[in-house]
Amino acid sequence: MRYSGFRVLREGLFGHKGWKPAWRDPAPKTHYDIIIVGGGGHGLATAHYLAKIYGEKSIAVLEKGWIGGGNVGRNTTIVRSNYLLDGNEPFYEFSLKLWEGLEQDLNYNAMVSQRGILNLCHSDAQRDAYRRRGNAMLLNGADAELLDPDQVRRMAPFLNFDNARFPIKGGLLQRRGGTVRHDAVAWGYARAADSRGVDIIQNCEVTGFRIEKGRVKGVETSRGFIGAGKVGVAVAGSSSRVMEKAGMRLPLESHALQAFVSEGLKPVLPGVITFGAGHFYVSQSDKGGLVFGGDIDGYNSYAQRGNLPVIEDVCEGGMALMPMIGRARLLRMWGGIMDMSMDGSPIIDRTPVDGLYFNGGWCYGGFKATPASGYVFAHLLSTDQPHDTATAYRFDRFRRGYLIDEKGVGAQPNLH
Amino acid sequence: MSQKNRLSGGLIDRSQSLSFTFDGRKYTGHPGDTLASALLANGVRLMGRSFKYHRPRGPLCAGSEEPNALVELRDDARQEPNTRATTAELFDGLSANSQNRWPSLAFDALGINDKFSSFLSAGFYYKTFMWPAAFWEKLYEPMIRRAAGLGSLSMEADPDAYDRGSLYADLLIIGAGPAGLAAALTAGRAGARVILADEDFHMGGRLNAETFPLDDAPAQDWIAATLAELKSLPNVRLMTRTTVLGAFDHGVYGALERVADHLPQPKAHQPRQILWRIQTKRALLCAGATERSIGFENNDRPGIMLAGALRAYANRWAATPAQRVAIFTNNDDGHRGAVDLIAKGVQVTAVIDPRPDAPRIADCELLAGAQVINTQGRLGLSFAELRLSDGSMRIMECGAIGVSGGWNPNVHLTCHQGAKPVWNDEIAAFVPAANTPPGLSIAGAAAGVLSTHGALRTGAEAAAQALEDLGMCASPAPTPTAEDAPIRLSPFWYVAEGKGRAWLDQQNDVTVKDVKLAHQEGFRSVEHLKRYTTLGMATDQGKTANMGGLAVMAEMTGKSIPETGPTMFRPPYTPVAMAAWAGRSRDADFRPTRRSPSHDWAAEQGAVFVEVGQWLRAQWFPQPGEDHWRASVDREVLAVRAGVGVCDVTTLGKIDVQGADAATFLNRIYCNGFAKLAVGKTRYGLMLREDGMAMDDGTAARLAEDHFVVTTTTANAVAVFRHMEFARQCLWPELDVQLISTTEAWAQYAVAGPNSRALLERIVDEGVDISNEAFPFMACGEITICGGLRARLFRISFSGELAYEIAVPTRYGDALMRRLMELGQDLGVTPYGTEALGVLRIEKGHAAGNELNGQTTAANLGLGRMVSSKKDSIGAVLSRREGLSLPDDKRLIGLKPVDAANPLLAGSHLFDQGTEAVAANDQGWVTSVAYSPHMGSSIALAFLKRGDARLGEVIRVVNPLGGSDIEAEIVSPHFIDPEGDRLRA
Amino acid sequence: MLIPHPLLGPRDSAEFTYLGDASLIARPDGMSDGADEAFYDYLYLRDNPAGIHRELWFHEQGDRSWLVVTRNTLTHEILGAELARDVAMAQRNTPEAKA
Repeated sequence: MRYSGFRVLREGLFGHKGWKPAWRDPAPKTHYDIIIVGGGGHGLATAHYLAKIYGEKSIAVLEKGWIGGGNVGRNTTIVRSNYLLDGNEPFYEFSLKLWEGLEQDLNYNAMVSQRGILNLCHSDAQRDAYRRRGNAMLLNGADAELLDPDQVRRMAPFLNFDNARFPIKGGLLQRRGGTVRHDAVAWGYARAADSRGVDIIQNCEVTGFRIEKGRVKGVETSRGFIGAGKVGVAVAGSSSRVMEKAGMRLPLESHALQAFVSEGLKPVLPGVITFGAGHFYVSQSDKGGLVFGGDIDGYNSYAQRGNLPVIEDVCEGGMALMPMIGRARLLRMWGGIMDMSMDGSPIIDRTPVDGLYFNGGWCYGGFKATPASGYVFAHLLSTDQPHDTATAYRFDRFRRGYLIDEKGVGAQPNLH
Repeated sequence: MSQKNRLSGGLIDRSQSLSFTFDGRKYTGHPGDTLASALLANGVRLMGRSFKYHRPRGPLCAGSEEPNALVELRDDARQEPNTRATTAELFDGLSANSQNRWPSLAFDALGINDKFSSFLSAGFYYKTFMWPAAFWEKLYEPMIRRAAGLGSLSMEADPDAYDRGSLYADLLIIGAGPAGLAAALTAGRAGARVILADEDFHMGGRLNAETFPLDDAPAQDWIAATLAELKSLPNVRLMTRTTVLGAFDHGVYGALERVADHLPQPKAHQPRQILWRIQTKRALLCAGATERSIGFENNDRPGIMLAGALRAYANRWAATPAQRVAIFTNNDDGHRGAVDLIAKGVQVTAVIDPRPDAPRIADCELLAGAQVINTQGRLGLSFAELRLSDGSMRIMECGAIGVSGGWNPNVHLTCHQGAKPVWNDEIAAFVPAANTPPGLSIAGAAAGVLSTHGALRTGAEAAAQALEDLGMCASPAPTPTAEDAPIRLSPFWYVAEGKGRAWLDQQNDVTVKDVKLAHQEGFRSVEHLKRYTTLGMATDQGKTANMGGLAVMAEMTGKSIPETGPTMFRPPYTPVAMAAWAGRSRDADFRPTRRSPSHDWAAEQGAVFVEVGQWLRAQWFPQPGEDHWRASVDREVLAVRAGVGVCDVTTLGKIDVQGADAATFLNRIYCNGFAKLAVGKTRYGLMLREDGMAMDDGTAARLAEDHFVVTTTTANAVAVFRHMEFARQCLWPELDVQLISTTEAWAQYAVAGPNSRALLERIVDEGVDISNEAFPFMACGEITICGGLRARLFRISFSGELAYEIAVPTRYGDALMRRLMELGQDLGVTPYGTEALGVLRIEKGHAAGNELNGQTTAANLGLGRMVSSKKDSIGAVLSRREGLSLPDDKRLIGLKPVDAANPLLAGSHLFDQGTEAVAANDQGWVTSVAYSPHMGSSIALAFLKRGDARLGEVIRVVNPLGGSDIEAEIVSPHFIDPEGDRLRA
Repeated sequence: MLIPHPLLGPRDSAEFTYLGDASLIARPDGMSDGADEAFYDYLYLRDNPAGIHRELWFHEQGDRSWLVVTRNTLTHEILGAELARDVAMAQRNTPEAKA
């Protein structure tokens, strides 16, 4: 069923009787060519591209709970491709381009809103680093502008220019960055994949892998054994738990990242703004809530919640940067489990088990990567070769020393 | 306007009148009123507009869960959007405006949305606005954004102060209704440290809204006596206007105290609000219950509210939305409300109860087996349409309906650590699960015990139990006799009849139809339902909406309600101002400011300061006639090269390393060798992280066989100390070595330039020989200066000149700076700031933060040979990985523009001549740039692939952001004195 | 969170800086054969358990002790805390370490 304004009008006139479920609720078959473990944004996107781009016919997505219940449904909805390093920038720019065509590709309005992302800088050294990064973005075909303080002021006159502890010295602006309605990404991919015959199976927890002679044969689940030619795992914060069932230890730690939303407010923010001297980034949703976040709580956690010190730290950043939000109220906070990797960059690779593939280690950056992550994981699953934009995301980079460390903080996941 | 709907009695002070305005119109009320109660008393029912359809709305509730009556309270910079009129305490001069309407509350142009509601069903926006693709950002989204949002910010900085504080208790009691008060009495009498917190400004909870006697006397008498006793106990802290907002790990509760929200503005030196962090051994949740509504067509008109709210307005605030009211209830409690209203002289037209066997409790018409199926009225309720038990219709004139679908225990805090509440059939509601946060117990209505007697009893018992758990002796306080009637409820969620819309989430305009549509489209998990329809996402976080939605979804799926839900509750219990979370850490006080000992001296010289982490450092010292920073910096640089300069380097990290194994320890910390460093010598050291990347550099001076002084960069002082302590305590605990950070203990100054020795000779004490022979390059020693002041002297140079760093105890830093300036006048002594320091180090080719950014190896820095393979040091093994030791990797080089007039820019990328400036051809980047007075041009340090093998070549320095592309010559990074003659002079 | 410091009693976790898995105490010998593989394993691979986790916290705003805290990553419940130095010394004295 195709969605359109016309269809909305027609259904409105006839009592909405015609709408069909956005995706089916199939029983698992005994065997699939490809099984994706994890019905989050990345898993569902993988299924969509496997079916649409790579022509795969027999695909299932297995989800422990309800689709989109992990990090795709609990983030700050930011999309951008403002990366520095060669291993990252082409991949994220590929992702941003996929975002730009997402609605038409999926026939689903996920409200990709390119109202810009502005990273503020507060020292000469930070500005130099942003210039290097902005140039890297341009050299990779992305967009970037380096703003001076006056340009920042014109764009966001409400920022703290008069009484700041760390004065604003400029900013790196990516106009094509912005936000996307996060839940709709999962639903849009699910619906599109489903329409191409992908079985999306909710409430189906993978409890083990059946591995024979070094090759994966399928997965044990809470709904019985399901055979598979290939299995791709995309389970974010649960990566270590799931891959342990295949006997693997990963270069990952799981950490809780909190995010926050204020009560609905009339529009005040032009786009996404990030504070360069504290942990605070913010945008305003189409509903009017200020959606903001900061740093992870900093200790290993599988509880989807955090504690007061980080909440306070984030709001301090907000009040340091834009004291006009003081009387806006924080309405709700939530937590997601981040799969923090050892260099802050993801892994999309084969594993030592034939037919078993892994996608994880997204740290904070998983949401914006969703389309490209799905695309390149589909490429890997279907062709057994890494996609051109994802050649650096290998397991062995840690052993061999080809690190992709944007922040330069080394093998300490909670600092990435 | 007169208070035409003001009743008799109530907990208001009629001896005083307060005047206030709503949308510019003047009204009066009394102390004890909320904005909502005062407006109702004045005959105003219309107080807001809904989010999506802009439907006219009045208050649904009488407490903090209110979804409809949201206003912009106060004016100018204190304007506070989305303030619940139901909790805003009235004060004289209060000014409030309605929000989310244009041009006026009574006539709202976007009310047109309501007419098109059949096209604006749940999730409609996911299905449209896709064509043409370019129109989303340009047309559709701006349109949606303009219409969206509720209240508006003033866009001015919040002028009020906010505090944060910590409190400690044996027992934190959350809620001061009958359960909380009985618990506080029990624990208070037992001598426990008790905090009793309630979000209301008048303790008593539901007792304030009802008329049941306690011990045959008005409940207020018991409340007054109880509060008087609690106030007399020094171990009990009573906190009104304090919302406990979250249960965090290990017995930490967050609470917001509204210190001054009931005043026109905070008193002088008073915070507006305080965010408390309460650390308690046990907590008792006595947060009561929230009434829920029933879905029926047009159940959202102003005048239709929860039955308990109608009752509360009448009893506590002596106000009613109308003189003729009806009650629509599925439980006995609704009937009891009717009794109270009648007693207040309000005409109750009927009690409508869908239960065929509804009891006759109130002295008014009882319509058992009947339902309200629709309502009429433009900006407020005028008529209710009823379907009677015999199937006939009846139109009933009334200005208000009190609706009760039962009560939901306020289990929120019990869920903050992941517990899911469990279903209780008797009250058809979720009650707390067993696995609540450790140390938290529940009493009263929050536990599903809905009678007054039950609340008093369970409160007292739970407090006694909590104290017993702590090993304290307590017995439940005797409780007064109180009503103990069951509420007797038949679950009834919505009226099936009717084609129109029956509201579940009033603020977000989610109706029964929307839930059914979500089901039809497959959004059946409760989380999908919530996210797809926005049910429960409003400012009340579903307190008034979720249960109804769950019930409808359960019916559609054929599952039970507990199988369908519940949804997750997360902090905060009610929304909390951003400024309150931040406290005083905002604006210039966002982070502490560290000043060096000679800060005041520098300020006297007119220095320009710059933030370096938390430090403020002198950036340059402008002199009269210097109208550009470059003039000052060039002068300072040249003064160092030609004479002598002094720079405050106190901010460098300093770590004292002592012990018999100090040298062994440093030998493992630094990648280069330290075991054999002689006493009295200093060595440059490079620390690697364990992953092989450069972490920090600095010097280590050996003052004695068992005593070193290590310096770090300013930025990494804390991290390096932590790292060294990790190595000492965790990796090599057997070594005899002790560390202490002495960054704050020593003021340190770089004295640099050809005349530096001459200057220092004037301050060192007699017998201290600092001649080149006695104190050569890289020497160090403990000396005395200025007549006995102990000091440490290091002959090290960041500038490339003959230079020293001298350290004195912090309190002498200011004096030393002044002395050096005084004694060096004839030598041309010049203070220099961080800018000149930067120029000098770039001219000398020293790496700093821009080069040591955590992404570079020793080899990148040209220091690859420092990494010893003859010993085990941190990072050595992994630095030898293939990817970190590629022969064509980047190397630190110098650049100077071919045309000296062209400035280089840090952050530019490097390209070979004749290649296209795209990522694939990228050869490196410029890290640091300065104008070099010595070279007479801009110079730069850069990382360039195979850079060390390309000296003399010309390369392009490209800055696509600024559109520049200039040629530069690749040179050694040592622009000045590459042989090091000067620093050894 | 509250960390039960073995010397100072319960302290707010905000006084501490977190490092990670306490296995970082067991640093391999950099001069041994196969050190590169041992270091890769030591520095990069983690059990990352959902449940009981022994981890390193530094009392940065306090007495500068490194602690090994045993904590449940699902519930955040803390089961104990020891001085990391004591843990490290004990590990040195195991027969395995001596061999």
